Amino acid sequence: MGMFSLSAMLVAALIAIAIMSLFGDNALFMSGLLQGAWLTVQITLLGSLLAVIMATTAALFRLYGAPPLRWLAVTYVEFFRGTSALVQLFWLFFVLPLFGISMDPFSVGVLGLGLNIGAYGAEVVRGAVQGVHRGQWEATTALNMTRWQALKRIILPQAFVAMIPPWGNLFIELLKSTALVSLITMSDLTFRAKTINDTTMQTIPIFTLALLTYLVMSLTITIGMRWLERASLRGMVRGRGR
Amino acid sequence: MSATTNHPMVRFEGVTKRYGALTVLDDLNLEVGRGEKVAIIGPSGSGKTTVLRMLMTLERIDGGVIWVDGEPMTHMQKNGQMVPAEPKHLRRVRSKIGMVFQHFNLFPHMTALANCTEAPMTVLGLPRREAEERAAELLNMVGLGDKKGHYPAQLSGGQQQRVAIARALAMRPKIMLFDEVTSALDPELCGEVLQVIRKLGSEHDLTMLMVTHQMGFAKEFADRVCFFYQGKICEQGEPKELFTAPKNERTQQFLRAVLEAV
Repeated sequence: MGMFSLSAMLVAALIAIAIMSLFGDNALFMSGLLQGAWLTVQITLLGSLLAVIMATTAALFRLYGAPPLRWLAVTYVEFFRGTSALVQLFWLFFVLPLFGISMDPFSVGVLGLGLNIGAYGAEVVRGAVQGVHRGQWEATTALNMTRWQALKRIILPQAFVAMIPPWGNLFIELLKSTALVSLITMSDLTFRAKTINDTTMQTIPIFTLALLTYLVMSLTITIGMRWLERASLRGMVRGRGR
Repeated sequence: MSATTNHPMVRFEGVTKRYGALTVLDDLNLEVGRGEKVAIIGPSGSGKTTVLRMLMTLERIDGGVIWVDGEPMTHMQKNGQMVPAEPKHLRRVRSKIGMVFQHFNLFPHMTALANCTEAPMTVLGLPRREAEERAAELLNMVGLGDKKGHYPAQLSGGQQQRVAIARALAMRPKIMLFDEVTSALDPELCGEVLQVIRKLGSEHDLTMLMVTHQMGFAKEFADRVCFFYQGKICEQGEPKELFTAPKNERTQQFLRAVLEAV
C-alpha cells in the first residue's frame, strides 16, 4: 500500500476516534485510555531500541564471532524465539526476585519484550547482511579494507535498507505484545480498557476505542518505516546493486 | 628488499588450486615483469579468472607460493621457515594490488566520488580533502569529471566500470588486475573502458594482468599473451606470434572458435 492510502487510513482512524468521543462518556474513556497508551508508547520505543541493539549484536556474533560468541548468540536467539513471551515476562517478574534480582514492572516490560523481539530481529539482521552481494565483500578486499571497516562502511549500510520492512513488522509485533505487560501489574492501554470496562460495562465503545488507538500507533510505525526506506533508497539501486 | 632489484613483480611458484576433487589450477608457474602487460585468454573453466582471484587473495591457494614485488605474499618467513601468511602480512603485501571486476562491484550507496575516496580515507588514513582531490583527478582521467556526484545506478555500465578503475587506482597500486572488465557491457560501451586501460598502459608504469575475451585488444595492448587450458598455461608468447602462428593445437582450436564467433 502506498504512503497516501496509509496516511488516509491513519486520518480515518483519528476521525473515527474524534467522532466517537462526541457521544456519551466516550471522551472520558478516551482520556483514560490515552494515559495507558502513553505507557504503551514508552515500552514500545525503549523495547524497540533494545531489540535493535540485541539483534545486531547477536547477528554479528553469529556471523563473525569466535565459536563461544557464536554459540552464545544461537542460544539467545533460540531461547527467546522458542519460549512464550508471556512466560518470559512472568519469569523475569516473579522468578528473578526469588534469586534476589527484582526490577520494577516497567523495566521488566522493556527488557522482556526487547529481548524477545531482538531474537527475531537477529535473524532479520543476519539475513540482510548475508543478502549483500558477495562482490561487495570482494571489492572491499581488493581495496584492502579490514572486515570491520567493510562491515561498517559498505555491508551494513546496504543491509540496512533490506532490513527496514521486516523491522517494521517486528516493531508492530512489539507494540501489540505490550498488552502482555497488563498481566504484570502495568496500566498500559489494554489494562486501562479492561479496568474502565469493569467499572462502566460500556464494552462496545471502550474496546473499539482501544482497537483504534492501537491501529493509530501501528500505522504511525508503518508510515515511519516507509519514509525511512524511501529516504535510504534515494539515489541507490532499488534492492541493492551488485 | 629494494625496489631497484630486477625481481619479477609477480611470481606464481608451483601454485595449485582445487575445488573439492576438481583441480582448477595445476602447478602454475608464471612470472610477470615490472610494468609488463599480460593478457590471459582461454576457454571458460580454464582457470584464468582464478589466477587473478588468487593474486587478489579472494581465493586461498592449496599449494605453492605467490610472490609479489620480491616477497612472498601467501606465505611469510618465520624463524627461517615459510609459514602461511598472517592477516597483517597479507594486508601489507596486498596493498600493492588493485582489481577491477567484471560486474564493477561499485558501492551502490555512495556517489562516484565517495566510491573513490572511501578506501583512501579508511584504509590509508588520508584526510578527506586530499582523498577528494586525488579522486577528482582520477575521475577526470577516466573522463567522468562531471559525474562525481552521481550514484552508480545513475551511470551507464561503461561509466560504472570507469569509476571502478578510478576507485582501484586511488589506492596507488603497483599491479592492476582486470577481470573480464568488458564482458558485462554492451558492445558499444566496451570502447570507452578499453580506451582508459590503453591510456593507463601508456601513461603509468603499472604492471597489468588482464583476463579478456577481447582478442583484438589483447593483441594490440599486451606484451605477452598466456593461453590457459585445463588449469595450465598451454601456450604463451608475444601477441603477434601467438595470434598469427599458434604452435599448440588447443590454441589453434580456441582462436579459430573465437574468430568464428565474431
